[in-house]
Amino acid sequence: MQTIYTDVLVIGAGLAGERAAIEAAQAGFSAICLSLVPARRSHSSAAMGGMQAALGNCDKGAGDCPDVHFADTVKGSDWGCDQEVARMFADRAPIEMRQLAHWGVPWNRVVPGKSTYFKGGKQLEKEEKEENRGLITARDFGGTAKWRTCYVSDGTGHSVLFTVDNVCAQLGVEVHDKTEAIALIQDGATCFGVVARCLRTGELRVYLAKATTISTGGFGRIYPCTTNAVICDGGGHIPAINTGLVPMGNMEAVQFHPTGIVPTDILVTEGCRGDGGTLLDVNEERFMNIYEPDKQELASRDVVSRWMTHHIRQGKGVKSPYGEHLWLDIRHLGEKHITGKLREVYEICTSFLGVDPIHQLIPVRPTHHYSMGGVRTNKDGAAYGLKGLFSVGEAACWDMHGFNRLGGNSLAETVVAGGIVGKKIAEFLAGAEVTFNSSVIDAEVKKQQERIQNVISCKAGTENVYKVRLAMQTALHKGANIFRDNAGLTECVASLQETLVRARKVGLKSNGKGVNPELSAALKIEGQVKMGLMVAYGALMRTESRGSHNREDFTARNDRDWLKRTLAYWKKDTDTLPTLDYEPATPLFHIPPGDRGYGKSEIIKAETPAGDKG
Amino acid sequence: MARSLKFNIFRYNPQDQESTPHMESFVLDETDSMTLFIVLNRIREEQDPSLQFDFCCRAGICGSCGMVVNGRPSLACHTKTKDLPEETTLLPLPVFQLVGDLSVDTGSWFRELYDSVESWIHTKKVFDPAAKEERMENDVAEAIYELDRCVECGCCVAACGTARLRPGFLGAAGLNRVGRFLIDPRDERTEQDYYDIIGNDMGIFGCMGLLACEDVCPKQLLLQDQLGFLRKKMGITALKNFFKK
Repeated sequence: MQTIYTDVLVIGAGLAGERAAIEAAQAGFSAICLSLVPARRSHSSAAMGGMQAALGNCDKGAGDCPDVHFADTVKGSDWGCDQEVARMFADRAPIEMRQLAHWGVPWNRVVPGKSTYFKGGKQLEKEEKEENRGLITARDFGGTAKWRTCYVSDGTGHSVLFTVDNVCAQLGVEVHDKTEAIALIQDGATCFGVVARCLRTGELRVYLAKATTISTGGFGRIYPCTTNAVICDGGGHIPAINTGLVPMGNMEAVQFHPTGIVPTDILVTEGCRGDGGTLLDVNEERFMNIYEPDKQELASRDVVSRWMTHHIRQGKGVKSPYGEHLWLDIRHLGEKHITGKLREVYEICTSFLGVDPIHQLIPVRPTHHYSMGGVRTNKDGAAYGLKGLFSVGEAACWDMHGFNRLGGNSLAETVVAGGIVGKKIAEFLAGAEVTFNSSVIDAEVKKQQERIQNVISCKAGTENVYKVRLAMQTALHKGANIFRDNAGLTECVASLQETLVRARKVGLKSNGKGVNPELSAALKIEGQVKMGLMVAYGALMRTESRGSHNREDFTARNDRDWLKRTLAYWKKDTDTLPTLDYEPATPLFHIPPGDRGYGKSEIIKAETPAGDKG
Repeated sequence: MARSLKFNIFRYNPQDQESTPHMESFVLDETDSMTLFIVLNRIREEQDPSLQFDFCCRAGICGSCGMVVNGRPSLACHTKTKDLPEETTLLPLPVFQLVGDLSVDTGSWFRELYDSVESWIHTKKVFDPAAKEERMENDVAEAIYELDRCVECGCCVAACGTARLRPGFLGAAGLNRVGRFLIDPRDERTEQDYYDIIGNDMGIFGCMGLLACEDVCPKQLLLQDQLGFLRKKMGITALKNFFKK
């Protein structure tokens, strides 16, 4: 068995993981990133819109500062975030944007003079100051008080990822792509690394490390309709869940994006609405201006997604063979703007839909987009439950997003948190002495070899992995979607429990030799169903509505009983439900719970006596 | 009536001693808005679960799914079946190491490229977290981004006559990468430094000017202009070097 040692092992080579690895490498430590795909293909590359940071250089960002960014983030989270973490993030973000500029990111810059922009379908004018010429500029995004989203034309994630991967190459951070971590090596107290499967040969390999970091992004592929890439399947969470020691935070906090195209659910960026795109119904009439007169199309994601679903339920959806949808209209932005700043959107529409957005409407529907929940960590990025285990980025619940994340905050989180957590990992490494116990390593390897053999030989049964996966996705789509209630969630949990039994009986149809994709899917299906149950059961138990978690039977945000974070454990292999625990949402309040200023404002305040509905 | 589509797909699993390279045919009915992403996943889920291929973003952004579609290197995710005949042949990209069936190893190839062209900003300046960012004209930023748009799918390399003949040739993707740093004011390398990297047969002078790279580029990068620009720049540097001697 090939065994590779490194000071820090990073699972996932997207922006968060690579950024953290850079900090460790700069402090003189060796770092290896494992990745399913070459680093630059990571899903970070698909985030086109931008990164929020309060630089305040552009006209519409004048007067911005980290305090305002922090306030927007806390409001966006519907007071579900850890305010200490959100504060660290907002303070660090402007410095990180400059760091990225230093490394080579070609941020768009301030161009002095008058120019026009669209808001809510109206053409308005702004003027950039000469003194700010050439500084990093920003665009508008949903849910923010100022224009704060730094961007690189239509390819922010792509461009930043290429830059950060360049820095990794420069510093000698190794990326072992086509490698999948399938289990953590740990002794109940400390994490020592992983057992990984090589996706070039199918062979197992051991990676030993003083610090192991999970940064594998979201897990949207447990849903049938998602904007997430194929690789965002929870593969990094599962090894942590399977230890029984590491909890997942707020798994029920799932965000839906208003504008996935129909039928492939490819995301068209918020930038469309930020730049003045409007949403239309079956009669080609706007509706967001009626539901949200102030923010209109620019209200936060959960609000827009909910009103879209509501409007479709009112019979205003456009019928299609793939279900009902609404229209996104960017025609009035003009050819130059659409083929320039929104080129990626133009390409998506023409390449994948055969729609020309300069002259035609784009079919859109809300689709699964982002997982606020994930591996629960403290503010240093250290995972609960195991020493030497860290997590960062969308994979983690560091928790600056609470129950709803703002557009542009997640891509910013990858690099900002990557930098902060990376530094903490380097500090940890400086003081760490680890003794590797060969019997712990050998036992985990043997366990994984047996697991693989059993699946190949159909020891537990011959359930088809793709059919089981579809059953899981269908259950979540039906019961744990934008609108949730007791009946739907109860049915969803029951159905997922049946699916779990089937997942444990999966056996291969093919021979499992080499880089067998059926084997890859089979090795994670049980873990995926467990994650689905964490989402659905957590949502069932949370009898309130907060951010993107909307209970039709508990419509108020309940700060009296639910100003807390769900911690979901999978304690024993044989369990059929996660074990839920709770902790306070935040250790301190810079901003006490209040009204978000958009969306519903039904709140049961913390001081409301029990029994009173508030 | 929906068309019945036939796909002739290259099959070989190097890790299976019983496997030999061969073509295998699969038939399925066409549906609306069908792309090769949908086709290949359906074949895997409904007909042969061992079929290897690579997709990631399935949205034309990540460059994972390059393959040869009816003789032409393309991204499978944005290849619509309505643009294909009833019979289609799918082969893995040449030049890159085969992993199995339609899956190839582009990661190792590009990683070597980053090292050989030192694909990062070379500067003596040290980042000062307390200072404002250095200013840059927006036009310059946009010009850099234009060259940064390459998704490293490998289609241009697979379609390149020189790359097929000469392992180690940088290809359009590699040369374009060098061009990206050459126009970036933050990179302090001189034209001579770039000449040392690409002023040879493995670099810009290896290009035979066939320009299939631009024809197949799924991001429509202006590779012809870029190669011409680099050839001129490096040609002038070569002349300067000649007269210095």
